[in-house]
Amino acid sequence: MVLLGIAIIVAGFLLRFHPLLVILASAIVTGLAAGLDPLAILTAFGKAFNEARYVSIIWIVLPVVGLLEAHGLQERARGLIAKMRGATVGRFLIFYLIVRQALSAVGLTSVAGHPQTVRPLVAPIAEVAAETQAGGLDEDEREEIKAWAAATDNVGLFFGEDIFLAIGSILLIKGLLEQYGISLEPLQLSVWAIPTAIAALLIHGFRLWRLDKRLARIRAARAR
Amino acid sequence: MITLHWVYALAGAVFAAFALLGVADRGNPRRWTTAAFWALLATSMWAGDALGDLGNGVLVLGLVALGALGLGRGNGVVPADVRQARADRFGNRLFAIALIIPVTALAGTFLFKAAPGWFDAKQATLIALALGVLIAMTVGCLWLRASALVPLQQGRRLMDCVGWAAILPQMLASLGAVFALAGVGDVVGGIVQQAIPQGSLIGAVIAYGLGMALFTMVMGNAFAAFPVMTAAIGIPLLIRTYHGDPAIVCAIGMLAGFCGTLLTPMAANFNLVPAALLELKDKHGVIKRQVGTAVPLLIVNIALIYWLAFP
Repeated sequence: MVLLGIAIIVAGFLLRFHPLLVILASAIVTGLAAGLDPLAILTAFGKAFNEARYVSIIWIVLPVVGLLEAHGLQERARGLIAKMRGATVGRFLIFYLIVRQALSAVGLTSVAGHPQTVRPLVAPIAEVAAETQAGGLDEDEREEIKAWAAATDNVGLFFGEDIFLAIGSILLIKGLLEQYGISLEPLQLSVWAIPTAIAALLIHGFRLWRLDKRLARIRAARAR
Repeated sequence: MITLHWVYALAGAVFAAFALLGVADRGNPRRWTTAAFWALLATSMWAGDALGDLGNGVLVLGLVALGALGLGRGNGVVPADVRQARADRFGNRLFAIALIIPVTALAGTFLFKAAPGWFDAKQATLIALALGVLIAMTVGCLWLRASALVPLQQGRRLMDCVGWAAILPQMLASLGAVFALAGVGDVVGGIVQQAIPQGSLIGAVIAYGLGMALFTMVMGNAFAAFPVMTAAIGIPLLIRTYHGDPAIVCAIGMLAGFCGTLLTPMAANFNLVPAALLELKDKHGVIKRQVGTAVPLLIVNIALIYWLAFP
């Protein structure tokens, strides 16, 4: 019965109901199915919401991003890249992927991110590089390039951070295994994140290289 | 000592400024609901600990109601020709200011740990990030000769682009807590245990890797899926029955879960929030670009567990 909440989440997201309402409905149904009274559910939800406030403090960077954008940050980034020979969106994003993985691997996960680096810098640079490569972009292609920038940031973060010893997921694994009487040092765990990190770089890098090829084909088709 | 609560106070002030500027934004057809939404979030940042658990629950109801009514966007876009002229005038200064935040976060992470009496070392990066924002805002206003209202007004504009999606990650984290309270994980673990084929090592490895990815997609978070799947399959089968190396099974199993994170709208802060922040028309545009990396990488992870953990 408690799985009803999961069904609501899946159905709600598939049917594109308002996500905030779906989450609340799922919490209420799950709680009721587990025998909690409505007030206890609301209390538990409120407590968890207050404890998770740190998730939302990242938005304090927006005033700085907004100030710089109003003074031409994106235009300046475009100007620089347009002057650089051989700068392609694929090569640039592979470079960003490596930097993001390396920073995450030494524990610097919050240094970059969607509000901090992707919106002000990575997405506009990728956009102008792709524009030059393809000889102009239509609306859908522009959207796709921005999405590539965001996706690359995620891949770099996820498959870099576990190499760091003191990241939450490594500590969670250590803690759980200790409950079963298996004692491991964080280093013994984090080295095994390296093979996957390399595979992620190869797979995502290959897809970015193919993106460059595709943009070149678009240009050739438009020139004809 | 400077702790996370100082950062909450700063965040509260920023959200309160968004609310006040939002009320004055006559270009926004829904300026009252929009402003009320950010005002409630400011209240949460400032007074969350004083409200009590039930009070916070009621605050959440208010946020959800306002979000469901619908928030709007208003004025404030600087025309492209003005931006271009300013870009030509200010040049690389703009990059220098943009780099203040990451550089301060980087330096603070190390320096604050060296001064544990002054800063809460466990939260060093978040405190340093907030400090970086303050420095960048001050330097930016002075260097670009902008009034202090400009960053707040432009920040308000970007915040309105994100809208109610801004609290999705926090809401999903709270839902996870309710799931844990209701024992959802134990039930899922029981079902998984019944579903896997008996006596097949490769079958058990696939069930573990795939189970991590799928349950992560449902929960939006590999941290929630990991204890469930590891207790149901990882420990009893892969480690105890087939004598797999626990470090390899668990470390790569977690990463199989991360592949699931790339595929789900439930991981809102990674997948939906950037789509809103980059003003994409397709909310799932970021996920679509990630499928081609996540699926092959999940197969690689399952293969790695099979090859490396069972010599």
